[in-house]
Amino acid sequence: MSAVRAAGAATRAGLSARDAAEVYARLGREPNAVEARMLAVMWSEHCGYKHSKTALRRLPGRSPRVVSGPGENAGVVAIGGGWALAFKMESHNHPSAVDPYNGAATGIGGIIRDILAMGARPVALLDSLRFGPLDEPRPRRLAAGVVAGIAGYGNAIGVPTVGGELRIDPCYRDIPLVNVACLGLVRADRVVTAAASGPGNVVLYVGARTGRDGIGGAAFASAELDETQAAADRASVQMGDPFAGKLLIEATLQALEAGGVVAMQDMGAAGLTCAASEMASRGGVGMTLDLDRVPLREPAMRPEEILLSESQERMLLVVAPAAAATVAAIYRRWGLTAEVVGTVTADRRLRVLAGGRVIADLPPDVLADAPAYDPPSEPPADLHERWRPPVLPEVDPTDVLLRLLAHPDVAGKRAVYQQYDHSVGIRTVVRPGDDAAVLRVLEAPPLGVALVADGNARWCAADPRRGGALVVLEAAANLACVGAEPVAVTDCLNFGSPERPAVYWTFVETIEGIAEACRALDAPVVGGNVSFYNEAEGGRAIAPTPVVGLAGVVPDVARTVPAGFQRAGDLIAVVGDGEASLGASLYAQVVAGRARGRPADPAPARAVAAIACVRDAVRQGVLASAHDCADGGLAVALAEACMAGGHGAAVTLPAGPTTLFGEGPGRFVVSISPPQYGVFEALARARGVPFCALGRVEGDRLRLTPPGARAAAVEVPVDALRAAWTSLEV
Amino acid sequence: MTWGVVVFPGANCDRDCVHVLRAVLGADVAEVWHADRSLDGIDALVLPGGFSYGDYLRSGAVAATAAVMPAVRAFAASGGPVLGICNGFQILTEARLLPGVLMRNRSLRFQCHPVWVRVESTATPFTAGLRLGDVLEMPIAHGEGAYLAPPETLDALEAAGRVVFRYCDARGRVVASANPNGSAAAIAGVANAAGTVVGLMPHPERASEALLGSADGRRLFESAAAWLAARRPATSGAAR
Amino acid sequence: MPTVRVTVMLKPGVLDAPGQAILAGLRALGYPVEGARVGKVVELAVPEALRARVDEMCERFLANPLIETWTVEEPEAVR
Repeated sequence: MSAVRAAGAATRAGLSARDAAEVYARLGREPNAVEARMLAVMWSEHCGYKHSKTALRRLPGRSPRVVSGPGENAGVVAIGGGWALAFKMESHNHPSAVDPYNGAATGIGGIIRDILAMGARPVALLDSLRFGPLDEPRPRRLAAGVVAGIAGYGNAIGVPTVGGELRIDPCYRDIPLVNVACLGLVRADRVVTAAASGPGNVVLYVGARTGRDGIGGAAFASAELDETQAAADRASVQMGDPFAGKLLIEATLQALEAGGVVAMQDMGAAGLTCAASEMASRGGVGMTLDLDRVPLREPAMRPEEILLSESQERMLLVVAPAAAATVAAIYRRWGLTAEVVGTVTADRRLRVLAGGRVIADLPPDVLADAPAYDPPSEPPADLHERWRPPVLPEVDPTDVLLRLLAHPDVAGKRAVYQQYDHSVGIRTVVRPGDDAAVLRVLEAPPLGVALVADGNARWCAADPRRGGALVVLEAAANLACVGAEPVAVTDCLNFGSPERPAVYWTFVETIEGIAEACRALDAPVVGGNVSFYNEAEGGRAIAPTPVVGLAGVVPDVARTVPAGFQRAGDLIAVVGDGEASLGASLYAQVVAGRARGRPADPAPARAVAAIACVRDAVRQGVLASAHDCADGGLAVALAEACMAGGHGAAVTLPAGPTTLFGEGPGRFVVSISPPQYGVFEALARARGVPFCALGRVEGDRLRLTPPGARAAAVEVPVDALRAAWTSLEV
Repeated sequence: MTWGVVVFPGANCDRDCVHVLRAVLGADVAEVWHADRSLDGIDALVLPGGFSYGDYLRSGAVAATAAVMPAVRAFAASGGPVLGICNGFQILTEARLLPGVLMRNRSLRFQCHPVWVRVESTATPFTAGLRLGDVLEMPIAHGEGAYLAPPETLDALEAAGRVVFRYCDARGRVVASANPNGSAAAIAGVANAAGTVVGLMPHPERASEALLGSADGRRLFESAAAWLAARRPATSGAAR
Repeated sequence: MPTVRVTVMLKPGVLDAPGQAILAGLRALGYPVEGARVGKVVELAVPEALRARVDEMCERFLANPLIETWTVEEPEAVR
């Protein structure tokens, strides 16, 4: 019966037989062709989170600071002084694989509008990128296009790109990852919701006109890419216009000042359909839309094209009728369109009119609430095999140190971030290249916010739970180095097909790891996104790549310290005694060609104690510099502190590779002026955080000498470190 | 005195300029909308950076046609001080208020990093309070900042002392490696014949507070404020 | 060596923000122009043996077939 009938319009629109049956069950009838297209897009993985929404509930989303959490366009967290930050990260992997410039540019535009939709002024961007080896033509072309797209859009719209990360691995050869985050600032009592309310309120379409951009892009984002399909998907590419995006920011913030705006959402994936159904569903109301009133860029667009267009730089507002004319006039003054396209209704139906006829009539909840799947989950068969400690050849530590510095994951990224305007907005106090970026909150001095993005697929491929936790702890350590306490986490979870049990297991384990670390830090996950189906033809999936963005509060922006050593004669210490492991380390990858073994036990409580100790020492002005130990462990951290500060260091250290190059959570290289050393000692002792004096800042070379030995195990001029570390060219 | 900051659609440094003038210098500031036709009550004008009208066609080309531009021309013609920063400089060249053009950077890329410039002329309101040879640290953030003009124009500019800023190293030496974008004669900023209209590519407003790494840029605004105070009540008469 | 001229234009319907800005600028100057579209012109010095592959160069590199079309003008027309 139903299965046969539901196999009509619904399956033709691309719904699976299972989803088609679900649609029939929920509607009690077969959808018509337009409704079926709307449902197919809204129930795509990209919009519907079918395979992830159950698992995502495991992430902690609460804290006393949270003003608005998951479910809205972005998370909002109070930062003090009456202000709040809005923060979210999103992926644009599939569009960037097809058209790197426009894919990345529209990713930036979209995340900026998600922040704007909360009523916040977007003030900073981060980008987290993954490509295949840059000496191959395709990855090089993708990398150049993506960086140019981020620069092209971000620079023009005037939101500084203040940080991020870039890693290279063959697993991203066909599938680049483009994860972008935006942070905005909003008065805590002026946060805007995306829940429509108030029957009789008008639905106002604002921004650019609607064209045939990216029809069905949301469904496309969830499909596995293959070459033959690339041609058919060409219409899916969206074009961004940062000029219109900039106008939209200024007009929207003015419109909010004017009052009368009840709710607001970006028209992104699935365009008008998604914005209308989600806003109505959240508010428990209905909406009537008249497609004849939608401003169009092209003649003769079909209703379903208007409903599903992913044209950029458009937003949907719910406005009190009395304010509609004023709000529309503000947008028009900025050269944008603003048209009333519908009204809010009390009856919880989304009714779409075209040519005076009702062409779709659905409960918004059916569109907005895709079914949740609980797919089979199974650990990879070779998990324990992977954890066997790697057998590593004996190598000269100086030689490895230079090779680690030259590795693309560690090498300088100046050639990338200099293409981004990171100083527009005059907020950027700590610029790209340090542990974390710091922006001043001009509206509430001396308050600041710090930002960082981190991800490490090596750890997560070996042990997703440990890896997920380690990635969060590493980002928190970065924040500590600039004196910031994490207050909000956002994440992009990039995986292969969740229909493979081992991928799904890895996904859930990663979430558990992230959750564990966030709980230890008392930092809520306020939003993010999931990108599945990152697989090329033949089913080659990327390594599991969770990327986290952390935002932190800096009470006084004048009190941060740099990563680099500042003065000859300062004492150098390592803080924290978290486990350091060569398993799944960059060292193992560089010396053995493969990162085998198990990453360190995150032991979050212990790591968090060290993180808090360094953060407070920075805030109290006790430290001269602070830098966390990440890829390549202590040796690379020391080398980076030398290069950043332009000083050498003489350090006494056991010369074993685990001490020098092992990776693990909650370890820092700090430098302290001698008169402050006692203060730091007392501070660390009081918290039970172990630390160890290693040596002092001196000369122009890095010398690592084993205890009791006379000859240095590593001795390299800082200039030679710099020569190895020279920036990656993109 | 009252500063005017012109708000072109797509400009993105207007708010930064307003902040520096209002909160750092403590001056009165009026935001001038691109469609306004009057600059009444404005004593000094800033054309801020950004991507006016998307910078489509050529940087600054569409802004040069804006409704406010006749008033800007009249203001400049009457001797009012005008500072064009980055895109504002590009707009001034497109509007022919300043000679030359700004071409794509030699690197063919957008570049954002601190640079140093040497003060080459003090015969402008914005440098009257500085000394020849002073070295200022300010960031650049542009993709099209390579200053170019025909050789005879360059010669005339040099002869008339209208080159206001030149890219240099931290010690003030004009060396090839300190020229970030391939500008002719390392020119970072020029003035009109009267000296009252100045354009430069680096961003003084991003270098007006020590917290941001340099406060050197503030000296340009302070210089103009002092120049105006000294000039009153005269209505024209540039520093030369 | 013969020169061919490749003109790359956005496909109809693709957002042409530069074209719109130019249209606005011309109108501001008092020219009531009704449309403006922006493309690129590339002149290629192509050895005779490669002449047949210009289309392929456009498809693979000079144009983005997702959003752009191209025309190739013969050597005579260019001179």
